[in-house]
Amino acid sequence: MLLIKCPYCEEERPELEFRNAGEAHLVRNSSIIEQSDEDFASFLYFRQNPKGLQFERWRHIHGCGRFFNAVRDSVSDKFLTVYKAGEPKPDVEALLAGRVPSDAEPVKRRAPRTKKAEL
Amino acid sequence: MVHSTHSGSNRIAGVGRLTPAKTVRFTFDGQNLTGLEGDTLASALIANGIHLVGRSFKYHRPRGILSAGSEEPNALIDIERDKSRKQPNVRATVQEIYDGLKAKSQNRWPSLTFDIGAINDVFSPMLPAGFYYKTFMWPKFAWKSIYEPKIRAAAGLGVVPGEPDTDRYSNRFAHCDVLVVGAGAAGLAAALSAASTGAQVILCDEQSEVGGALRYETDVKIDGLSGYDWAVATYAKLRGMANVRVLTRTTAFGYYAQNFVSLVERISDHLSRPAAEMPRERLWQVRAKKVVLATGAIERHMVFANNDRPGIMLASAARLFLNQYGVAVGRKVGVYTANDSAYAAAIDLKRAGVDVPVIVDTRDSPSSAVIEEARSLGIDILTGHAVYSAGGKRRVSSISIKPNNGGNERKIVVDALIMSAGWTPSVHLFSQSRGKVAWDAANERFLPGTYAQDCISIGACNGTDNLQSAIDEALVAGGGQTGALAATGGTNWISGMIGSAPGAGANTTVKAFVDFQNDVTAKDVRLAVREGMHSIEHIKRFTTNGMATDQGKTSNLHGLAIAAEALDKPIPAVGLTTFRAPFTPVTFGAIVNHARHDLFDPTRRTPMHAWHEAQGAPFEDVGQWKRAWYYPQAGEDMHAAVNRECVAVRNHAGIFDASTLGKIEVVGPDSAKFLELLYTNPWEKLGVGRCRYGIMLREDGFIYDDGVVGRLAEDRFHVTTTTGGAPRVMHHMEDYLQTEFPHLNVWLTSTTEQWAVIAVQGPKAREIIAPLVEGIDLSNEAMPHMSVREGKICGVPTRLFRMSFTGEAGYEINVPADYGKAVWEAVYEQGKPHGLTPYGTETMHVLRAEKGYIIVGQDTDGTVTPQDAGLTWAIGKNKTDYVGIRGLLRRDLVSDGRKQLVGLKTVDPKVVLEEGAQIVANPNQPVPMTMIGHVTSSYWSENCGRSIALALVIDGTKRLGERLYVPMPNGVIEVEVTGMVFFDEKGERLNG
Ligand SMILES: [Zn+2]
Repeated sequence: MLLIKCPYCEEERPELEFRNAGEAHLVRNSSIIEQSDEDFASFLYFRQNPKGLQFERWRHIHGCGRFFNAVRDSVSDKFLTVYKAGEPKPDVEALLAGRVPSDAEPVKRRAPRTKKAEL
Repeated sequence: MVHSTHSGSNRIAGVGRLTPAKTVRFTFDGQNLTGLEGDTLASALIANGIHLVGRSFKYHRPRGILSAGSEEPNALIDIERDKSRKQPNVRATVQEIYDGLKAKSQNRWPSLTFDIGAINDVFSPMLPAGFYYKTFMWPKFAWKSIYEPKIRAAAGLGVVPGEPDTDRYSNRFAHCDVLVVGAGAAGLAAALSAASTGAQVILCDEQSEVGGALRYETDVKIDGLSGYDWAVATYAKLRGMANVRVLTRTTAFGYYAQNFVSLVERISDHLSRPAAEMPRERLWQVRAKKVVLATGAIERHMVFANNDRPGIMLASAARLFLNQYGVAVGRKVGVYTANDSAYAAAIDLKRAGVDVPVIVDTRDSPSSAVIEEARSLGIDILTGHAVYSAGGKRRVSSISIKPNNGGNERKIVVDALIMSAGWTPSVHLFSQSRGKVAWDAANERFLPGTYAQDCISIGACNGTDNLQSAIDEALVAGGGQTGALAATGGTNWISGMIGSAPGAGANTTVKAFVDFQNDVTAKDVRLAVREGMHSIEHIKRFTTNGMATDQGKTSNLHGLAIAAEALDKPIPAVGLTTFRAPFTPVTFGAIVNHARHDLFDPTRRTPMHAWHEAQGAPFEDVGQWKRAWYYPQAGEDMHAAVNRECVAVRNHAGIFDASTLGKIEVVGPDSAKFLELLYTNPWEKLGVGRCRYGIMLREDGFIYDDGVVGRLAEDRFHVTTTTGGAPRVMHHMEDYLQTEFPHLNVWLTSTTEQWAVIAVQGPKAREIIAPLVEGIDLSNEAMPHMSVREGKICGVPTRLFRMSFTGEAGYEINVPADYGKAVWEAVYEQGKPHGLTPYGTETMHVLRAEKGYIIVGQDTDGTVTPQDAGLTWAIGKNKTDYVGIRGLLRRDLVSDGRKQLVGLKTVDPKVVLEEGAQIVANPNQPVPMTMIGHVTSSYWSENCGRSIALALVIDGTKRLGERLYVPMPNGVIEVEVTGMVFFDEKGERLNG
């Protein structure tokens, strides 16, 4: 069972409290109805599923209920960092090099209601 | 030597640590035997001269006790307390005896000494590795009906108990700074060191007491004490510390991510009469900041012909039986070794007065102090020799030995043979932690290499061969005071051999066992290579080497070495399989734990549950909910009750508990905008006080959920969902609100359990509730179909919905859950004179099918669009966005040939179709027929006087009036395709 840090509750909680919600940073087109078949198919079905670092969404469903993003190594299951929904993709290179502490908040803002598609 | 016959003829007086006066009576295969308190079943059996304890898996060869620990592959026993507390496959080397213990051997028929399955041993040339795969492939049907049951019966392990387990199991979560696994010399020292820093420490060991190898080593001195005394003293010291928890009889069986380690503690398996409230086992789920692995090493057997004869065992096991339990494994004990450690066992046996006729050492000219000591005791040492074969059948009676450089074979009479091919470091947990092992070429072993977690290996499992070094390493690993602990003596864990011994090498056909539990011989491994298996993963599966319940603890390295030799590759190039949890078998009880019966899953009951129960209603499980199914009256079966309920609702009125429907309160200035995006329907223009049936899609365009939504205010909606769908609908809504539409100012609250919902449906519905309602005008004009009002009923606040899932005029009375039962009873009393009849979910299903109302999840299956379901009217035509809008435009979703929901009427109105039955256009076509759809709902409709059904049929709406066919085992049923509404097609009754 993993320990996952919720960036809203700001503490590590057991995996039982969370639900994985698939790949992060997929953007739903604001005029989705006009999207080409190809673009829509890629949005709907195609996922990276990398061996290694992946950006993924989690929901602290049995806690604060918030969705957030995480960078996790799919091989070791280790979390590199977690960040609030709406915040930009963290600089993985910098994180790996240890230049940014993994639990730092990159940007201070009222993140919960930031539209993902804007970023 | 002086034998004490009281607790077995092989018990030696004055040797071992058990108390002769504390006898314990037990039975083995019905035979009454006596052992001593503290004995394992294995030590007690050997004390009584019993080595034959089981039959092997495939060849049914007689098998004895190989080891004295949890690595035991052979001695699997059935332990029975009573009919329901019966455990097969218990290792005799782990099970402690207690007064009244009943043990039985397994895998033999009719008896252990005469086993008819042993015929397999005679025909074994016909049963090589891979035999089952190749032989029992064809004909296909025979695998299930003939081969598998026979093979399972002939080659089984224990028998599963026939009754539910009545034992209790408990569960604890624990957090600690340091978890130390293994309480041998290294583990104890590490725990001491860690504890001295004030850290929270958990130390566990799978044995009944601490000490590990110190329990049999006789030459160890630590801190001025004998090794064993030091272990006992250290145990006492640790037990006295508030920051330390020591768990014996506790196996760390699983090592998961982020230092999460699962332990199972055996609490009562060693007790004669455990207290009733005592759990049998306790599962510990430990999260440790740091894990110290001190799991030791496991001795390997020698691979030679007939090395599985009872009485042949590991040297360290013989030493433990002697020094701990005072049991000699034989009276004339031969020794076969490839390393030094077996000499210590020979010396201990000799000193205890046991005849040790010979030590056979495969090494040409080994030299060490321990060898000299053995020689000085007068033991005959034959170096450069090998045991070519063991004689005897149900017990070893002799060994045939030959010099390695040729020469004559000679036979030596023995009644036991102890052996050691060397030691395999226990890297199982390290490997489970996703650490990468590294090959130690000099000593031919895998050792911890790259660590994946905050974990450290110490002592023998780390390849640290010298006791002082192991203790120094342990003190550092514990992170505390490293005030020296002087240690001398101890086992030499290095050297030895892996693979087949002389006489069992390539081109030999002898039965030299590598894996005892799965009956895999050296020859089988070579055959696998000849058959083209080149990776250890393939070899393992072809031969089943290491795939038994012992996970190849004694066999993996031997198998690997033999494969590598046959492949002519270095061992690391052939690879080691990854170890998986559990380290040793874990009972289902420990894993399932409290999650049984009522505690398996929460049971959700409506506020009116007790009323339904009192009426004798059976309940239907819908998700976690219990829903009243129907209300049988005296003499009625389900069919009769449902028919009566269905007619009553249409003729008078019915009352139905709809509390389980999911409810979500959507609040905020952007609520309507949000619903526009989540449902296909338009919401902005829905008036306050009005309701609408909504359809929710997934992004792919398929129906996800449905339900009626009422607008209570400009900024407040009361959303209902399907009973089973409520949590996922809430999750789906939150997902979009938080991540796709976070600009909307909306709040979502689950209110499912806040409201009790009483549906009153039927032509008398208004008349029945009117006297109870305050502050709401119920007239058709003031409160038409699909409207909602807030007011009072029975003096209690209500959200009163005028809506219908029956096709009748009706209401759904929402009241705060605590008032549910009282209001229900009041409405029922009020309605009785009008013929108000309680109805359950079955009647609800029939009534809605009569009206062609779908149930999401029954009439849809995640591949059905609103168009497919005949719900095109529910899609807002002018909308430019909602979840699923783009999905619905996909080519396959708008093209011909989709399955569409239609009604079916059987040509014979009395025939009721089976739900799930397949539909064909031509019943005379050859099998397999082309299936064009299936029945999704089917009932007898008393109101229609005939059967009715809904079905998903390819191009169904174009087939209205067409005849189709439903082939069933008893013949073909002819049906006519119809519209989905079977009753009151114009829907006039809704406005009644
Ligand atoms: Zn949280």
